[in-house]
Amino acid sequence: MSAESYTAAASVEEALEAMAAGARPIAGGTDLVVGARGGKAPLPDALVAIHRVSELRGIREQDGGLVLGALATHADIVASSTACERFTALADASAIVGSHATRNAGTIGGNVMNASPAMETGGPLICFDAVATLRSASGIRRVALADLFTGPGRTVAEPGELLTELALPAPKDGTGSCYARLEYRRQMEIAIVGATAVVTLDGGTVRDARIAITALAPTIHRVAEAEQALNGSDASDAAVHAAADAAAGASRPISDVRGSADYRRAMAAVLTRRAISTAITRARGGRFPIPASPALHGAVNGGAA
Amino acid sequence: MRYDATLNVNGRAYPVAIEPGRNLLSVLRSEVGLTGAKEGCDDSECGACMVLLDGQPVNSCSYLALQADGREIVTIEGLAGADGELHPLQQAFLDQGGVQCGFCTPGMLISAKALLDRNPSPDEDEIRLALSGNLCRCTGYSGIVRAVQAVAEQR
Repeated sequence: MSAESYTAAASVEEALEAMAAGARPIAGGTDLVVGARGGKAPLPDALVAIHRVSELRGIREQDGGLVLGALATHADIVASSTACERFTALADASAIVGSHATRNAGTIGGNVMNASPAMETGGPLICFDAVATLRSASGIRRVALADLFTGPGRTVAEPGELLTELALPAPKDGTGSCYARLEYRRQMEIAIVGATAVVTLDGGTVRDARIAITALAPTIHRVAEAEQALNGSDASDAAVHAAADAAAGASRPISDVRGSADYRRAMAAVLTRRAISTAITRARGGRFPIPASPALHGAVNGGAA
Repeated sequence: MRYDATLNVNGRAYPVAIEPGRNLLSVLRSEVGLTGAKEGCDDSECGACMVLLDGQPVNSCSYLALQADGREIVTIEGLAGADGELHPLQQAFLDQGGVQCGFCTPGMLISAKALLDRNPSPDEDEIRLALSGNLCRCTGYSGIVRAVQAVAEQR
């Protein structure tokens, strides 16, 4: 591991100043340090630690929506009743990142900027229309999460830009959501396949459906064909199946140690179907455990297979 | 270049001078001299290096030591009383046969302590879930789970 210089910023301004001079930020270290020790990528030459910057911490409600400070940990998100009740897919995802040790140290800002196509929280953030605030020494801009990721490990952020917060607008009434992951074990796992569904019902009709696929393409993205199959439908099994098949059809998975491309494509339909069914259950006011994934694999509560 | 930091470990302050890339585990073991936390996978998978940082369990192999400057760290050496009396969890691990080779035990105990600190009466599923970031490759998990259950029932 390299890293020649280190500074601990006390404010966002200090962090941005260091970044303008070439330093790269570190928060929980769960990606950077692990990646360096595993030989994936050396630590940056100059590090600016941001874990002490209090204005980057915390989760707050704003106009019925949610604002996540970049330093909000996965554990913080799971502990937020607003996240669990109204942004349930995000809570599903945050609750299954790594182990409890990972969730205590790992931050949402680091998770997003690491830009893994298998990251759990990406699909929910995209489907909830999250907007990232990127600040640099020379300015500030806001980027929709859907436009942030450009490839595995790559984002539109410039080297001097720091993700400071993520803003999620209030979901419409009648919305239920779910993130489901194909996993071989319950913790210390990375998505083999993931699916997010955010479904808004108006009476018995689907008014708005958001479907995103994870670990099935170079970036996490929504699938318009899947959403169209649900929008305006009566949320019937046939509509759910059509949407799930469309999601699988839009996937371009790779083969690696965790699964072959064919297997991933086959499971894409299964996971998407389970995510949509659970989102519909929740939109109707039904209870389903958080995180959804272990319960879905055990097929408890029925109706989700 | 080395940077000065103070690690507060098990209630005692240790001044250290360390390079930015050093992880907390290596500094605890080599500079502070506490070798209870173990290097297992070095990939944040196995939990053998787990310590409490400001009361929360973290994998010290994947945490920069300089980021722990001034913060409260508890290692396995900090669980027993000052007089050497074992923590109830340590005694229960012995009583229930939750130890074989012992390599995972420090991390298991740290995880179990963190669980009981936030949930004094977990059920078996909650115990298994809380310990699922800690891998044991020899004795199996039954004795470990029984040990945590035994302490939980005493509370």
